[in-house]
Amino acid sequence: MPGTVGFWPALEPPVCVVVHCFYFRGGAELLFDGVKKHQVTLPCQPEPWDIRNLLKWIRQNLLKERPELFMQGESVRPGILVLINDADWELMGELDYKLQDQDNVLFISTLHGG
Amino acid sequence: MADGAEAARLSAEIGQREQELRGLRERLATVLLGDAAATEDGASAFPGDLPPLPAQASLSPADILRYSRQLVLPELGVRGQLRLARSSVLVVGCGGLGCPLAQYLAAAGIGRLGLVDHDVVETSNLHRQVLHGEARRGLPKAISAAAALRLLNSTVQYVPYCGALSPRTALELVRQYDVVADCSDNVPTRYLVNDACVLADKPLVSGSALRLEGQLVVYNYHGGPCYRCLFPKPPPPETVTNCADGGVLGVVPGIMGCIQALEVLKIVSGMGSSFSQFMLMFDAREGRFRNIKLRPKKPDCDVCGDNPSVTCLQDYEAFCGSSATDKCKTLHLLSSKDRISVEQYKKLLDEQVPHVLVDVRPPVEVDICHLVHAVHIPLSKLEEKDEEYLEYLKKRICEEKQRTNSQTSFPVYVVCKLGNDSQKAVKILQELPVKEFGSVLAKDIKGGLMAWASKIDPTFPQY
Repeated sequence: MPGTVGFWPALEPPVCVVVHCFYFRGGAELLFDGVKKHQVTLPCQPEPWDIRNLLKWIRQNLLKERPELFMQGESVRPGILVLINDADWELMGELDYKLQDQDNVLFISTLHGG
Repeated sequence: MADGAEAARLSAEIGQREQELRGLRERLATVLLGDAAATEDGASAFPGDLPPLPAQASLSPADILRYSRQLVLPELGVRGQLRLARSSVLVVGCGGLGCPLAQYLAAAGIGRLGLVDHDVVETSNLHRQVLHGEARRGLPKAISAAAALRLLNSTVQYVPYCGALSPRTALELVRQYDVVADCSDNVPTRYLVNDACVLADKPLVSGSALRLEGQLVVYNYHGGPCYRCLFPKPPPPETVTNCADGGVLGVVPGIMGCIQALEVLKIVSGMGSSFSQFMLMFDAREGRFRNIKLRPKKPDCDVCGDNPSVTCLQDYEAFCGSSATDKCKTLHLLSSKDRISVEQYKKLLDEQVPHVLVDVRPPVEVDICHLVHAVHIPLSKLEEKDEEYLEYLKKRICEEKQRTNSQTSFPVYVVCKLGNDSQKAVKILQELPVKEFGSVLAKDIKGGLMAWASKIDPTFPQY
């Protein structure tokens, strides 16, 4: 399965391959076998990867069960905050943000306990 | 049977002792309440309008001595201390976050603390709700917290509210305080507190914690976003985990509550908060804090936007599709023919009816306590149809079938903590291929091991 192991230290990635980290927090990682940190090489494609496509890719490749706990339609479900390089994705264009090499994408599900 | 008579005698004795305890707790509550809130029904009512805190022109020698270590901070000083003394803070929830928050605010010399909680102190609260002690189990948390705080600093005014914050009472209550600290434990209350703070124009210092993580944001402060700007829609109820199901290490809400107290003190003393439009995330496992820049206030926010649709408080339980407590929910996935009671299961055991008992709790809970004859297959392994576990189950069913020479549909009983996951597991077991497993009759045990502990075996641990 791609994603659970880091690919990137070995070779310089080809130009069209984008490498990213995902961190899952606040329980969101439980949807991904408890793995908090995924380093993923996205496949080559002519168009730049945006968050919309990334979510689609995650759904197909990383989320094995119950995708409804993570996604709703083409976006994340209510209660999950997406951060791109430590900033709220709302500040970055949300689903339309074009991913750059080495970007950090962080999914946080909000906590309610106290 | 001799066992039955003994059980009946013990049950009767437990009943009697419990009644004695209730009497003692009521007496203790009355003593602790003192004159502060001597309402007829024991402070269950929300007091009406509070008189404004008197404006102090200067600190007394006693104040100076008491607060000297913080008075010498140029950031606070006499001016800041006098501001604390005439400030009031409403603490929503006297649990894992509210206890340390209230403790530090009281110690720092805040003028008035409103303490809201609808719950009573339970044994399983004590590891994190550090104002409550063993002797106050069964007492309302708001009363217990006020009693503990009074011992710490008697010069602060404490106003306990023994009841849930409701859409009917919230706005009136919030209006009487300068800052609100959300230390609650459920989604509907978080939306309710947020909306009340926006409508009353009060800053909201919001903390939360679960497992080994915490989050903190200051909402509705100096033009920053509110909770709804960030979360316009509530999360689906099935995605929300409470402390009972998810677990929480006590010190984690302790740390978050302390940071909430810090932000409250900075706000009321005039220093200003660091977390308006920022979220602080704490990962206790990695020992890491992270500051995240959030979106600004949204012009189209339903409550704080330019054309708000929420102009009075609503029914938040309906809005969120969940109740305003963190108690575990009871699912009803199976019809009664697919379920048995703990009493019926006890009878099966006594009569030595051949069967397999499957315990579907996660391993960490099986380690806490289990029935010795149970087969352990975590629900997650059943859900993902893990071959190794299914093979194991098949083997156990076959062995038992052969041993007992059973011809008919073989009974498999499923148990978990409370009887929710066991229903999900039965649904999965009912779909198993007959060719491989033979004819299996799967049923779940209603109320799970906690019902077993309370109704059948009082020595079985409850958690």
